[in-house]
Amino acid sequence: MSKVSLRVAGLKVHYRTLRGDVKALDDVTFAVADGETMGLAGESGCGKTTLGKSLIRLDGRMRHVDGTVELDDEELPIGDTARMNDFRFREVFIIPQYAMSAMNPTRKIGKMTKELLESRGVRFETVRTELKRRLELVGLAHDVLDRYPIELSGGMKQRMVMVLSTLLNPSLLVADEVTSALDVSTQRAVAETLVDFRDRGFVRSMIVITHDVSLVYQIADSIMVMYAGKLAEKAPTDVIVDSPRHPYTQLLISSLPEVGVKYADKRLTGIPGSPPSLLDPPAGCRFRDRCPLAFDKCSEEPPFVEVEHGHYVACWKA
Amino acid sequence: MATTSLAGKPEAERCCTVDRVSMVYKIGAFGGTDLPAVRDVSFEVRAGEVVSLIGESGSGKTTLGKMILRLCPITGETITVDGVDISTFKRRRLKTYYRSVQGVFQDPFSSYNPIFKADRVFSMIKDEYFAEVNAAEWRRKVAASLEAVRLSPDEVLNKYPHQLSGGQLQRILIARALLLDIRLLVADEIISMLDASTRIDVLNLLADLKAQGLGILFITHDLSLGNYVSDKTVILRRGRIVEMGAPDRVFGNPLHPYTKSLLTSVPQLHRKWERVEAELAAGRAGLTGRCIYHERYPNGDGPVGLDAERPTLAEAEDDHFVACFQADGEETC
Ligand SMILES: Nc1ncnc2c1ncn2[C@@H]1O[C@H](COP(=O)(O)OP(=O)(O)OP(=O)(O)O)[C@@H](O)[C@H]1O
Ligand SMILES: Nc1ncnc2c1ncn2[C@@H]1O[C@H](COP(=O)(O)OP(=O)(O)O)[C@@H](O)[C@H]1O
Ligand code: SF4
Ligand SMILES: [Mg+2]
Ligand SMILES: [Mg+2]
Repeated sequence: MSKVSLRVAGLKVHYRTLRGDVKALDDVTFAVADGETMGLAGESGCGKTTLGKSLIRLDGRMRHVDGTVELDDEELPIGDTARMNDFRFREVFIIPQYAMSAMNPTRKIGKMTKELLESRGVRFETVRTELKRRLELVGLAHDVLDRYPIELSGGMKQRMVMVLSTLLNPSLLVADEVTSALDVSTQRAVAETLVDFRDRGFVRSMIVITHDVSLVYQIADSIMVMYAGKLAEKAPTDVIVDSPRHPYTQLLISSLPEVGVKYADKRLTGIPGSPPSLLDPPAGCRFRDRCPLAFDKCSEEPPFVEVEHGHYVACWKA
Repeated sequence: MATTSLAGKPEAERCCTVDRVSMVYKIGAFGGTDLPAVRDVSFEVRAGEVVSLIGESGSGKTTLGKMILRLCPITGETITVDGVDISTFKRRRLKTYYRSVQGVFQDPFSSYNPIFKADRVFSMIKDEYFAEVNAAEWRRKVAASLEAVRLSPDEVLNKYPHQLSGGQLQRILIARALLLDIRLLVADEIISMLDASTRIDVLNLLADLKAQGLGILFITHDLSLGNYVSDKTVILRRGRIVEMGAPDRVFGNPLHPYTKSLLTSVPQLHRKWERVEAELAAGRAGLTGRCIYHERYPNGDGPVGLDAERPTLAEAEDDHFVACFQADGEETC
């Protein structure tokens, strides 16, 4: 796991709105190794989905302000939708947040699959056998292809989406909140399928976006935490969970209820306050207003630096 | 107090009793197929108690909540609140009922109309129940109930739903329920859309409300959150209760195979799935091939729980009940 698969450098992406630019991603720099599964966590609105989308395709209101994305040593033309088409699906694939509800309810799943493949210039016949093999692997009968999305349960739909999105063995898969709407047993099955697909080589590296740190703790090699459009910390999974260095990560981890923890014994506190507006983010460390350790120096922006091998933090106190 | 309107005054603490209720949906073309969504369920929510109703999606949790809220017909036996049978309430009586029993649901966004300001949910309550209260007093009342859910009126009043976060919208709905002096709150998956920090705020709020004597039915598919505030845990599977009791017992010594399989799937920090599974397998060893229910009721053959004469749950230890280990409706053990 030493070769780098994805390298993101100085990435800035804004949303254009009537009231000005929302600075949803600001100077983001990190790498994902070949074979690495990276969890991406953080509060709602911190920019996780924006980061995922930026690796694949910017939508109409997104503006690529600065920075580069390299996949397998090749720079991705992320600002250029037409040229990105050559990479999407074959090289990088994103399972969007709400993918399940986004499936066209009036199209049979087989037909949808065929159209999707053909839009990528792949003939359905050439992958039919492999498709069936993979459906079996995730416990779906072949006849799902003749069914409509509404006829499948949440877990079945999500497994179908996973099979589809990895059919052409992309280098990188971005899975955005694929388990959030599911109950615990289905959630576990879906998460384990992701790991299994990586182990079988259907996909080489993965970014698993979620607000549930305990879920990525189960399956990820590393976890990256974002705060208000910036990176706060990235480290191997056990390090993030057992000895995080960024005050935000520390609060995030300690605010999670564990099985067995009871209000009567231990009142969890959450993180007081809320993140700053990204229309006009404050100068300096963006966590400053809520940070119990803030001091003078925090009015300057802390750089995202490697404090130990593979452990990056953006905090003056780390 | 609005609650005095409920006649048949309660035994000191009793709040809501669900007694052997069932619900069958008619599905398929011409409603020709029966889908039993709730089967012979009994439990109790007392004043000042949080009861967590846990089960996977489709297990019948929402249907049960809707029965208590009378959004769904009550079939089988009955549901009583403060000793009064609610199943036959009609219009005027229902309106009084909703003064003391309210529900809050999963998706806060869907409870608001995007073209109106969010605080319209308050004025609707005023028109319905508090027409005689003057404007200044009403403002004070609203401010007080917003404070109870730790929102400041300036922060949330006069704003459209899209200008507020999910957690704020969810807390406004709870504040609305509190305006009514309720005795019982049905909270259906109210935190599953929220992120960790906001979840904790809402859970702590439930704990505060319970300390003030409110009975809460907390419906969730997330076991780690079910445990945090609850006094009693009810595990539902395919419309039936499979295990019920004090959270320490149900989580610390799960007996039913289904409860165990749910517990092994909860993603936990510091404990990976394999480890949890190994520990539970060790604990399960002594139960292999046994069924606590049928050891207690050896003659109880046939589908469990459809016969009102026979208990559907066996008491395995103090405050810990379990159904037949095969109780998934189709077969017996
Ligand atoms: N189309 C848009 N126009 C303007 N602002 C947007 C748009 N989409 C997202 N934003 C803003 O960009 C920021 C990051 O949003 P993003 O969707 O990436 O968050 P997220 O971390 O994925 O949150 P969640 O956990 O809720 O999915 C937020 O402040 C959001 O309000
Ligand atoms: N209005 C309805 N008509 C037909 N079937 C329904 C209806 N509402 C729920 N169901 C079915 O009843 C079962 C229980 O549903 P529900 O109470 O919503 O479960 P939960 O809240 O535990 O997910 C499910 O199989 C569901 O599909
Ligand atoms: S840089 Fe300062 S304000 Fe920011 S997290 Fe570190 S200590 Fe807190
Ligand atoms: Mg998102
Ligand atoms: Mg439900």
